[in-house]
Amino acid sequence: MAEIDTSGGGGHKKGGVKKAKKLSTRVDLTPMVDLGFLLITFFIFTTTMSKPKTMEINMPFKDENMKKEEQSKVKESTALTLLLSKDHRVYYYEGMGSDPLNPPKVEVTNFKNPGGIRQVIIDKKAKVDALVRSGALQPTDKTTVLIKPDYNSTYEDFVNIIDEMSINGIQVYAVVDISPVDQEFITLTEAANAGK
Amino acid sequence: MSRPKIARKSTFIDMTAMCDVAFLLLSFFMLATKFKPDEPVVVVTPASISKVILPDADIMLITVDAKGRVFFSIDNKGIRKALIENVDEWKGLGLTDAEIYQFSIGSSIGAPFNQLKGYLSSTPEARSAYDKTTAGIPTDTSVTNPDNELAMWIRSARNNNPKLRICIKADGEASYPNIQKIIATLAGWKIFKFNLITNLKAVPPGTYASQPAETAAK
Repeated sequence: MAEIDTSGGGGHKKGGVKKAKKLSTRVDLTPMVDLGFLLITFFIFTTTMSKPKTMEINMPFKDENMKKEEQSKVKESTALTLLLSKDHRVYYYEGMGSDPLNPPKVEVTNFKNPGGIRQVIIDKKAKVDALVRSGALQPTDKTTVLIKPDYNSTYEDFVNIIDEMSINGIQVYAVVDISPVDQEFITLTEAANAGK
Repeated sequence: MSRPKIARKSTFIDMTAMCDVAFLLLSFFMLATKFKPDEPVVVVTPASISKVILPDADIMLITVDAKGRVFFSIDNKGIRKALIENVDEWKGLGLTDAEIYQFSIGSSIGAPFNQLKGYLSSTPEARSAYDKTTAGIPTDTSVTNPDNELAMWIRSARNNNPKLRICIKADGEASYPNIQKIIATLAGWKIFKFNLITNLKAVPPGTYASQPAETAAK
């Protein structure tokens, strides 16, 4: 492969005069091309062309000194509470479940589509929009989703549910620590579903 | 009698052009490349539709692997050096210059303070073996807990560079309480805005996010 072409420019051997062979200046570039492509392959494999994507998240502002009146109030009718639990299950109920005498109806769904949590969020949004149109709620009221991941949920659930918020255009949502009451809701619903 | 001469074509191809192309591509890749930072653990991040690109500089990276082990890293070599000097002074680790240098050129750290000196003085092979077995940086939900070493790392890093953007890169399998500890630690330092590193996935059709921006704004 790496020979140097020394054939010169055509040999006329007729004349008796011996011509000095002209050395060609042509160099075989094949090995150089090989080397070039080898290095290209190396750089292609080590490079990170696509920059990692990130998701911005704002947690609710928490301050011990904050006064009760300054805390933002969420209307029961705009709220939807999602409880993330094991096996990528989502328990949900409308409102915030703050009335102990009147426990909310807790239902269970998952992240599968269609028919999963996305439909629940879309339905809730439509409901709030209808309430706003009928005048029961102010136009400034927006669907508020409270996300409470429990101890059995994974990070993937957490990212998925926040992603659902941006997919469905929910502007107001908050990730809150799960309360014992909510934990109780999950256990009760689980027990009720197991009996079926 | 002479046979008609068949012009013998040479099989020799001029490689110059190909060589040019190869080296053109090579120079492109050499300039465009940014080496993958060596990660102590493999992390498979969940996917989201977010298209925000992670900025290049001023990053604090908190890596959480599938078992919930926490690793801490910041990007700038100079700041890393300042950070480790602060930590060394504060915790009285007694690091040598060589160990400080090892930290500044290294990547994510998953060693608790009391094992940090041993970790930094060992060989790269021993370090990667250590990363596989370590329990990660101890974390807690309260920043006042002296065992919450992540809180101390975050605090010293932010003292050195207040512009640091905090990114959490966690494995999808990591259980939520581990993430909650980090979020609570950040909240303890009054950090309520941070980034989660995710993979990109397609926007599901027919949803709010798939509509063009002008209709979505209405």
